Amino acid sequence: MSGGQNIEVLDLSQSSLRDVNALLQGDAKPTGAFFKVINPRGAHALACGLDSEIEVEVEGHTGYYCAGMNKLARVVIKGNAGQGVAENMMSGEVRVTGDVSQSAGATAHGGLLVVEGNAAARCGISLKGGDIVVKGNVGHMSMFMAQAGTLVVLGDAGDALGDSLYEAQIYVRGSADNLGADCVEKEMREEHREKLQALLDKADCGEVAVSEFKRYGSARALYHFKPDNVDAY
Amino acid sequence: MCGIVGLYLKTSGLKDRLGEMFTPMLIEMTDRGPDSAGVAVYHAPAAEGQVKITAFHPDPAFDWAALAEAVSSELSVAIEHYPNDTHHVLISDGAAEVLEDALEAYDPLLQVMSAGTTIEIYKETGLPKEVAEKFGLEAMKGSHAVGHTRMATESAVTTAGSHPFSTGLDLCLVHNGSLSNHNRLREHLSTHRGIEFKTENDTEVAAAYVSDKMNSGRSLHEALEDSIKDLDGFYTFVVGTRDGFAVLRDPIACKPAVLAETEDYVAFASEYRALVDLPGIETAKVWEPEPAVVYSWGGQA
Repeated sequence: MSGGQNIEVLDLSQSSLRDVNALLQGDAKPTGAFFKVINPRGAHALACGLDSEIEVEVEGHTGYYCAGMNKLARVVIKGNAGQGVAENMMSGEVRVTGDVSQSAGATAHGGLLVVEGNAAARCGISLKGGDIVVKGNVGHMSMFMAQAGTLVVLGDAGDALGDSLYEAQIYVRGSADNLGADCVEKEMREEHREKLQALLDKADCGEVAVSEFKRYGSARALYHFKPDNVDAY
Repeated sequence: MCGIVGLYLKTSGLKDRLGEMFTPMLIEMTDRGPDSAGVAVYHAPAAEGQVKITAFHPDPAFDWAALAEAVSSELSVAIEHYPNDTHHVLISDGAAEVLEDALEAYDPLLQVMSAGTTIEIYKETGLPKEVAEKFGLEAMKGSHAVGHTRMATESAVTTAGSHPFSTGLDLCLVHNGSLSNHNRLREHLSTHRGIEFKTENDTEVAAAYVSDKMNSGRSLHEALEDSIKDLDGFYTFVVGTRDGFAVLRDPIACKPAVLAETEDYVAFASEYRALVDLPGIETAKVWEPEPAVVYSWGGQA
């Protein structure tokens, strides 16, 4: 948040979720307007569908789909987020200071999701171009069928990482002992180191050495029909 | 979809507030299960050598005093009893299993909800708020409680099909999900382990599996570890025993779960919003339980 600007406080113990979302989504907001949402009380679909360059800070844990479909806005959740945080994000940034539940950043086309804690299962499932940085661990089936975009994990990755992966990229610093079908470790070249460093910088953890990461991607063996498998159909 | 909640007090300081803390948790999960609701409350332990049975009869005019007198003289045991809306609590110095059989034989419409020393189960069709009010849940004191709000998928919306299910003394289990191998497992448990089932419900099979394991000497924690390999399907379970509380999710974590822990309590809910009014929740450790990991407190865990 830049200094000296007005902060509008939205209290979810006083206002309805619908009213708060309508205000955050509505027109007539100056670029950079800053909103603080208090008492989120685990509400679902909070700060969804934002489409302007505003900043929203949520003080507390949120329910499902917080900051879903985000475009341009920067949303900071000071707490944990439930399922599907920043799902289908188009651009902008979503940052969670705690842990996130399943399917964080699912199908995101763009933007950056930063999770300071751990992410549960299916993080980045069907990712379509967004970037996700998780400072802790990610659960099983993360990046399942991810098509484009990047997942960076500073901790460990759960089982079946990157199963049926397309052209998305995965960088893991800790262990990734159980890769999903068609996901393989790949060579880390200079262009990858640069890209990873840039993402770490954006996520405010640029001091972590890129040399500690391994890169994973698609073996592209599931892309085409194999005549050997004809009997299976 | 269903909603499940559980609250286990680690210290006795909050025991007078169990119902008051627990009731809003149950009601908050109405969106996940508006068909019926049920609770198991662990409170008011029966005196040494006594058992406590909770029973239900669909007829509001059912003569409980006549039942108590008949069973009492048939078995030569003392039976005290008092009503709680459609349910009745019976306390006796008889043996639990013999009493259960005698009560259900007296009138086939009577259903024993729970038996043990501490557990009471209340469940009904209707909105969770109505069910909580009906049984005076908010005023209940005790050590722990487990609750369920149901959106039925596997069997009929009836009082008997509501959760929690109890298949052993002081044991209860609630379930969000659906089991795929319950028919075969039910057959195995009834043929080879002599367990009688009261419903067609998949959750009753899970409860019976856990109580069968515990009857053969496994702890609550171990019984749930066993169930990971023997139960197939989607599940988040919360299990209560006389002095224990446990949570388990299936290996692919199909159904949601949130745990919160402070020095005073452990709380479970399908969604975090059910926990927001608990004292000290702002600073509690709040986390999503890992798939296929048993979390347990108290008991022989």
